[in-house]
Amino acid sequence: MQAVTDNVFRALADPTRRAIFEHLSRDGEQTVHALTYRAGVSQPAVSKHLGVLKRARLVRCRHAGRETHYSAQPQALAPLVDWMSVYGAFWRDRFDQLENLLKRMDP
Amino acid sequence: MTDTATARTLVIEREMPHAPEKIWRALTEGPWIEEWLMTNDFQPVVGHRFSFRAMPVKNWNGVIECEVLVVEPPERLVYSWSALGLESAVTWTLTPTDSGTHVRMEQTGFPSEEGANYKGAKYGWQKFIGNMERVVGGLD
Repeated sequence: MQAVTDNVFRALADPTRRAIFEHLSRDGEQTVHALTYRAGVSQPAVSKHLGVLKRARLVRCRHAGRETHYSAQPQALAPLVDWMSVYGAFWRDRFDQLENLLKRMDP
Repeated sequence: MTDTATARTLVIEREMPHAPEKIWRALTEGPWIEEWLMTNDFQPVVGHRFSFRAMPVKNWNGVIECEVLVVEPPERLVYSWSALGLESAVTWTLTPTDSGTHVRMEQTGFPSEEGANYKGAKYGWQKFIGNMERVVGGLD
């Protein structure tokens, strides 16, 4: 699970890949051509980024004629929806508040 | 019901220079709980259903549904905690020490179906976007 999470983080650490993934999440399936047009980098570069996203299972592709269509797989983010990290920060903050309160309370 | 394969536990422990009885009051008296945790209708009665209410945010009404499971003053308090696609139990354990009390909070839970499908995922997505820069900054 940790390896999967790292893959997802690394895939999304790059701003261009992040933009591609967000674009696919927002607007649905796109061809490599359309993504290249939007990304502002060369098609080989876009294909390489898509390969990284695909290995992290963040995107899926299907071939139709001469075009390859990519779509976002937001469920790949599931490993990151980690309640422990959310609640870890939450409870540490509340522990601080509890200690502040205890100082104010009568013994 | 419980998928033990995905159940996980968060533990936070701290030494506090106060008597267990005093900390117990902070953990179990509604107005005190509100001061450090959230508004609530908690009662230290096993079986009592109550809720914590946080500020509503997008995709979440801010309500945490709970039920009191164990009340053993001033040592152990357990309540269930259901919110944001998480089914969990929160256990407070107070142990006297020479200088005060060892406070241990353990939250054990697992993502619920509902959360996996909708709410938790949405919340997680927002959280993820918000934290991504910071998290990935520490990776390289």
